[in-house]
Amino acid sequence: MAGIPHDHYEPKTGFGKWLHTRLPVVSLVYDTLMIPTPKNLNWMWIWGIILTFCLVLQIITGVVLAMHYTPHVDLAFASVEHIMRDVNGGWAIRYMHANGASLFFIAVYAHIFRGLYYGSYKAPREITWIVGMLIYLMMMATGFLGYVLPWGQMSFWGATVITGLFGAIPGVGPILQEWLLGGPAVDNATLNRFFSLHYLLPFVIVGLVAVHIWAFHSTGNNNPSGVEVRRKSKAEAEKDTVPFWPYFVIKDLFALAVIMTIFMAIVGYMPNYLGHPDNYIPANPLSTPAHIVPEWYYLPFYAILRAITFDVLFLDAKFLGVLAMFGSIAVMALAPWTDTSPVRSGRFRPKFKIAFWILGLDFMVLMWCGARPAEGLVPLISLIGAIYWFAYFLVILPVLGWTEKTKPVPETIEADFDAKYASKSKPAK
Amino acid sequence: MKKFMNTAFSALVAVSVATGAFAAGGEGHIEDVDFSFETPFGKFDQHQLQRGLIIYKDVCAACHGLKFVAFRTLGDEGGPHLTADQVKAFAAEHDVFDPEIDDFRTAKPSDKFPTSSESHIPDLSLMAKARAGFHGPYGLGINQITKGMGGAEYIASILTGYTGKEKEQAGQVFYENTAFPGGWIAMAPPLADQELEFADGHDGTDPHHLAEDVAAFLMWTAEPKMMARQKLGFVSVGMLLLLSVLLYLTNKSLWRKVKYK
Repeated sequence: MAGIPHDHYEPKTGFGKWLHTRLPVVSLVYDTLMIPTPKNLNWMWIWGIILTFCLVLQIITGVVLAMHYTPHVDLAFASVEHIMRDVNGGWAIRYMHANGASLFFIAVYAHIFRGLYYGSYKAPREITWIVGMLIYLMMMATGFLGYVLPWGQMSFWGATVITGLFGAIPGVGPILQEWLLGGPAVDNATLNRFFSLHYLLPFVIVGLVAVHIWAFHSTGNNNPSGVEVRRKSKAEAEKDTVPFWPYFVIKDLFALAVIMTIFMAIVGYMPNYLGHPDNYIPANPLSTPAHIVPEWYYLPFYAILRAITFDVLFLDAKFLGVLAMFGSIAVMALAPWTDTSPVRSGRFRPKFKIAFWILGLDFMVLMWCGARPAEGLVPLISLIGAIYWFAYFLVILPVLGWTEKTKPVPETIEADFDAKYASKSKPAK
Repeated sequence: MKKFMNTAFSALVAVSVATGAFAAGGEGHIEDVDFSFETPFGKFDQHQLQRGLIIYKDVCAACHGLKFVAFRTLGDEGGPHLTADQVKAFAAEHDVFDPEIDDFRTAKPSDKFPTSSESHIPDLSLMAKARAGFHGPYGLGINQITKGMGGAEYIASILTGYTGKEKEQAGQVFYENTAFPGGWIAMAPPLADQELEFADGHDGTDPHHLAEDVAAFLMWTAEPKMMARQKLGFVSVGMLLLLSVLLYLTNKSLWRKVKYK
């Protein structure tokens, strides 16, 4: 592997040498596990492992659920109840899958905002960032498709609203919408293709995750100081890093155990907390729920979608809303190029910090707006929130990069790490 | 890093606010009831479920159905827990339609409860989960962990929320109800003047008791594995806490020599 110099696997036994010349699989595992990792990584660097765990959890529970689920408009709802009532442990598997999606999104938002704060997207990690954004888009699609499968009221009406967005595209919209639905309205053909794609996309995510990991294992991890690992010699690199195993494996496992404790408490004691009660009512095309609300993890972008309530020239508001929604994710993907600051980590950028925390607040406010009916002040607040979101990526990041006076950056990762620990005396055992 | 922990926390709070907000639009007053199955260590009261089953059969089942609930589950632990003979006898009191013989026949324990008598009458299997009821005083919804979702309370409040007023609209009679969204419900007061008898000697005439009993029963039909679920929660939280402590100590001793050379 390119990048940070480190020890490589040397086969010692006869069989080891035989295998290594034919398939260097042990070497791959060794190099991945022993990769030099900046030793100053803080607790915000745990989310990658949490996300990997979520992906595996969702695939395993999902495969089992698919064994008992029936993708048919007349049978889907009942088959989910069959899983909840008759399948051994089915209720546990389904609740873990449903809440696993929420954990997945909590982790991905923490992971993305971590990257935004510490400038993880900046050169040379642009591809890691772009692939990450693709993974996030795939997760959004998979989550949406999966929510349709139980065929409750929110499943049906959510599918109707979201596919309706594609219908808003001028010209090809209606044809595209019909193609997505497999007919003029959400019906059996829709449910079937959504099930098929919901099973497929997680494996696309697995592939993208492999590329994501490959990419940042080539560049090395970013770290809270934003300073690169010294890589002139192995001895120098070893001052800045520790091997992933055991140091970060154990640290990440500890974090995973804590998060799993909270997760299992939710699965055990309030598994429907993050869901919508209406989805326990079978889908009824003749009865529209009073408020059609997406799952919490879409709310900020749903708010941006609804923020555009006015036509501009020949473009109608609905289409502009769709553009704004997808655009809000696209501008995030552009961050490596719109952020002009030579300093990577937000830790040394006083003004950037303020802008970043406002962005975090903006995200929360938009989430709140997305959950409210679009009346009163909500559309106005959504519009202001959406404008700030775009301004952050397209105006604030470039301008701050040129004008901001940054604080001194530590010379090395070792210096940053020692400043935190070496000065303190060793705590008594 | 501390700041990020704060963000993670505020994210959770925002999520809570967002979900809590769904219910905020609902009208109707829902009275909180301290059901025995609430709180992490709560249990279904087997006798209450059995009384609720009788109320359901004598009152609700005249119109409503429980199409997802099989008779055999009445014998399950963590539910009404009837004996095998009682389940058989209870099932035999019902006729179900059997497509194989294209006719009605006496129900067996493996059959499901009959469906609603008319298609516009809602099935009650999942009603206690399909209604959130209330989301707590500040709309955070966190009190679900001690008070439940409020679906059972919603049912009990509907059953006791009649004011006695009626109105006729488009040929149908509506009854004023303080718990029903919109204030007027098509269902006639079902528990008025009921005189039920229970084997455990419980008073079968007080509408509030009857409402609570049948609401508890319908919570069980909506979430029949709740006891097993709470046990899973307890056992896994316990074991994961222990694992967390062990990993914390391992991590600490592992990093000690890196941090303090």
